[in-house]
Amino acid sequence: MAEKRSMGKEFTKGFISENPVLRLVLGTCPTLAVTTSVVNAIGMGIAATIVLIGSNIVISALRKIIPSKVRIPAFVVVIASFVTIVQMLVKAFVPVLDESLGVYLPLIVVNCIILGRAEAFASKNPVLVSAVDGLGMGLGFTTALLCMSSIREIIGAGTFLAGTQSLLALFGENVLGGFDGFTLISGNGALKPMVILILAPGGFFVFGMLMACVNKLAEKKGKPKAELKGCSSCPMAATCSLECKNDIKEGNV
Amino acid sequence: MKVMLSLILTAILTENFILCKFLGICPFLGVSKKLNTAVGMSGAVIFVMALATAVTYPINKFLLVKHNMEYLQTIVFILVIAALVQFVEIVLKKFMPPLYNSLGIYLPLITTNCAVLGVVMLNISKELNFALSMVSSIGAGLGFMLAMVMFAGVRQKLEGCDIPKFMQGLPITLVAASLVSVSFLGFTGVVDGIFS
Repeated sequence: MAEKRSMGKEFTKGFISENPVLRLVLGTCPTLAVTTSVVNAIGMGIAATIVLIGSNIVISALRKIIPSKVRIPAFVVVIASFVTIVQMLVKAFVPVLDESLGVYLPLIVVNCIILGRAEAFASKNPVLVSAVDGLGMGLGFTTALLCMSSIREIIGAGTFLAGTQSLLALFGENVLGGFDGFTLISGNGALKPMVILILAPGGFFVFGMLMACVNKLAEKKGKPKAELKGCSSCPMAATCSLECKNDIKEGNV
Repeated sequence: MKVMLSLILTAILTENFILCKFLGICPFLGVSKKLNTAVGMSGAVIFVMALATAVTYPINKFLLVKHNMEYLQTIVFILVIAALVQFVEIVLKKFMPPLYNSLGIYLPLITTNCAVLGVVMLNISKELNFALSMVSSIGAGLGFMLAMVMFAGVRQKLEGCDIPKFMQGLPITLVAASLVSVSFLGFTGVVDGIFS
C-alpha cells in the first residue's frame, strides 16, 4: 500500500509541486522555442516524454553497473540514443512535425529536465518508480508547454489547435472528421491577432507572466517561489570545477 | 567575402541565438547578473562553438556522410563536444592558468549548453562549407556575447527598482528579456537590405 501511494505521488509531483518548467525552471529553451503553436508543443511534449521514460528506465536498470565517475557521459549516451530513436520515428511518421520542430528535436538531448531526472532520480531509484517519475515529469513538461502555447497561439495567431491534421497524419487522412483546429480571431474584422506573441519577444513575455502567476499561487500556499538557481539547478554542477562551486556559494553567479 | 559578412551580421542581429532562436537560455538567465561573469561565459561559448564546429565538421563530412550514418549525428556530436570541452579544460588548466581562470570555470557548464550543439546542427542543416560554418559559428558566439552583455546591463539597472513582490526574480527578468528581444526585432530585414 505504501508502495502504491508513493507511486501516485511520484506521478503527480511532476504536474504541480515539482513541475519541471514552472517550478524547477528547467528546459526553458524548448519551452520558449516551440510554443508558437499548440500542435508543436504537444509534439515536443510527447517526444520529450518518450525520451524521459526510456532513459529513466535504462539508467535506473544500469544504476549499479555504471561507475559514478563516468556516470554523466554514460547518461548522455543513453539519452542521445533515445533521442535518435524518437528523431527517426518522427521523421518517418510525422514529417511535418520534424520540419516545424527542426533543430529543437535533436536538442532534446541537452534538455536539462532529462539529464536532471537521470542524475537526481533514476540513478538512485528502482526501475518502475523511475519510469513513473519519467512519465509524470514528461506530462508535467507537456502541460506547461500546453499552457504557454495555448496563450500564444490564441492571442498571437487567433487559432487554436491549427494543424492538427499534420500531427494525426500517422493515422491516415481526415481522422476526427478532418478536424483542423478552430479559428477564433479571423483577422478580417476590427480585431486582429497580436502577432508579436508568436514572435520571440512574446515567448519571453508570456513565460514571465506565467511564472509571475505561478509564484503568486505558490506564495498563497506558503511555498517558496520558483527561482532560477543558476549553476545549482544545472545537472553538471556536481562535476563542475571547484571555482564555480565557490562562486555559487558566494552568490556571484 | 560578402557572403561571410552577411552571415556574421545575420547570426549577430537578425538570428540572434538567444533572443530569436532561444538557444542557451539557461546561461542567459543564470549567469547574466554581473558584467564580468557574462563576458567570461560568452568568451568561453565563442571559443567552444568555434572549436566544436572545427572538430565536428570533418567528422560529419568524412565519417558520417561518407558511410551513410547521418542518423548517428546527435550521439556523435554530443559526445565529441563533451569530450572536447573536458580536454580543453585539462589543457588550459595545465598550460595556460590565466586563461583557465578567466574562461575555464565556465567550460563544464557549456557541455550541456544547447547553443553549442545547436550551432553545429544548424550549420549542417544549412549545408554550409567549412569556412562558412566557422564564420557562422563565430558570428553566433558574438551574437551570444552581445545579448549577454546587453542583458547584464539591463539587469544591473533592475537591481535598484521597486518591483511588485510577485514579479520579483525570474518573472521581471523574463519581461526585461522580452523587451531586449523586441529591440532585436527591429533588425529584421536589415541584413538583406544592406547586401541586396
